[in-house]
Amino acid sequence: MNQKVIKWGITFSLLLITLLSVCLIALSMGTMYIPIDQLISILLNQMNCTEYTILMDIRLPRILVGIAVGGALSLAGVILQAVFRNPLVEPYTLGISGGAALGVSISIVFALNQSYAMSLPFFGMIGAGCVILVIYSLNAFGVVHNMQRLLLIGVMISFISNSLFMLIISLSKSEQMHSIMFWTMGSLEEPNLALVYSLLIVSLLGCLITSIYSVDLNILSLGEEDAFHLGLHVERIRNVLLITASILTGFCVSISGIIGFVGLVVPHFVRLFFGSDHRTVITASYITGGIFLIICDLLARTIISPMELPVGIVTGLVGGLIFIYALVNK
Amino acid sequence: MNKNKQKQAVLSVNQLSCCQSSQFQLKNISLDISESCCLGVIGPNGSGKTTLLKAVTGFIPTKRGQILYCNLPLETYNKQALSKEIAIVLQSTELDQSITVEDYILLGRNPYRKRWQFWESEQDIQVAETAMKITQIESLRFRQINALSGGEKQLVRIARALAQEPRLFLLDEPTNHLDISHQLQILSLLNRLKREKKMSIMIVLHDLNLASEFCDELILMQNGKIVRKGCPKEVLTRQNIESVYDTQVVEGENPVSKKPYVFLVSEDK
Repeated sequence: MNQKVIKWGITFSLLLITLLSVCLIALSMGTMYIPIDQLISILLNQMNCTEYTILMDIRLPRILVGIAVGGALSLAGVILQAVFRNPLVEPYTLGISGGAALGVSISIVFALNQSYAMSLPFFGMIGAGCVILVIYSLNAFGVVHNMQRLLLIGVMISFISNSLFMLIISLSKSEQMHSIMFWTMGSLEEPNLALVYSLLIVSLLGCLITSIYSVDLNILSLGEEDAFHLGLHVERIRNVLLITASILTGFCVSISGIIGFVGLVVPHFVRLFFGSDHRTVITASYITGGIFLIICDLLARTIISPMELPVGIVTGLVGGLIFIYALVNK
Repeated sequence: MNKNKQKQAVLSVNQLSCCQSSQFQLKNISLDISESCCLGVIGPNGSGKTTLLKAVTGFIPTKRGQILYCNLPLETYNKQALSKEIAIVLQSTELDQSITVEDYILLGRNPYRKRWQFWESEQDIQVAETAMKITQIESLRFRQINALSGGEKQLVRIARALAQEPRLFLLDEPTNHLDISHQLQILSLLNRLKREKKMSIMIVLHDLNLASEFCDELILMQNGKIVRKGCPKEVLTRQNIESVYDTQVVEGENPVSKKPYVFLVSEDK
């Protein structure tokens, strides 16, 4: 068998084992400590005790959201970095999350989220999709030919959508303002289980779609012209991937708020250790993204327990420091 | 020229015009390349040489005229089929990724990849190995491409294109920024490919003397048009060069190969 397949298998299994271990630790730690060896017996046999409720209703959904959001944001980062051939791109630098935030805040202001649970992710995806559409139509109608200029326009759109977001906050009533601000801080807490599961499904589907295009991403990262000459349908593949990235970002931002840095740090970190082959980078980034966010969330809720820090602060601090350390040492 | 025309043309371009940003880049270009023939494209900067190469691969859409590959219009080929036939080595390809030489060359096998194939087949690996052998870069196999020297990078680009197993090989100034020994290495390699693999080659060159030495036919371009075409002796005349490049030159002859040789004359003297 191809040596690369074996290497991929080993990497995948090791990361999966790490993810499972991190999940177990995250399940056991918190304001109330539950020893790991008791976890399984509680989950299987003691369905009426407090520990069971804490595990099933609070910690497990948070972990699932962590895997889904961490994985999805990392994937969006991988896609954008390959398509734009720029290592500094992530959903935030391109204004995609800004657009999603705008969509979500509109949905909160019109109180749509109180009547329909799915309205937050729906508006989030619409917002993210609009930004991608604007960036992309500028490209398609020949206003901008060059990918780097397209990137610059993305950055400008990010500023514009942030300003509009601030405008909405400043014009909204105080209780809405509170609700928007609370959401903006970023948290993996999501009381609606249906939303948690739909987020997980969307995120895993995103991983599947991106994996199908893994070889194409390898070729796309050579540049548009080279990809064309290697027989790739550049336009079509780029559209599918950018739409996937915006759906993933939109859904994540609408549920967990603004959690920066994951889409930037995780793909870089993965490339540093596993190389740039997207066949490995995609699955490895997805799992590492999940691991990273679960650890950050664990820190956020245990450092000043029983109080809780917004997880975005931890991702920024931990991610940035680990990343600088890895860069200096490698 | 006449002798080559008797062979079947691999590529024929008829009355081709292309425009980009509402400006004509190529005007009424007609040319033929036959099997195992090396066609050199020369001309000053901005004369449309690179645009011509990109039009031939279909990357730049044609405004008027027709491109026939093996007597069939270019549009009748699907993208994958065309990239099995035509490979191009671009000047603009940056090798700044951190992947190994082997992995990079294997990307050249993309046209042969089936829809749900994610990993290279044994045959792909064999073809990549052959490409490395031909270009003499086997020792670089596991090196990272972003750590290679300019000459090594150029050989790696060529090897990736060879992995496509093309019949028509297009190269855009492959000898730029290379020392004379690497220039010679690359052009001798192309000569070998032409002879042994019966490849047709279309190559853009700035060095007129290299073009004279290695190309069977030349086209001299100016402002998107072909000013002269024919064998090096017919194209590289003092009159042609001086009118197109607006520079004084003296004609001569390579004492070994008896091919025409162009000497620059500095205006200070």
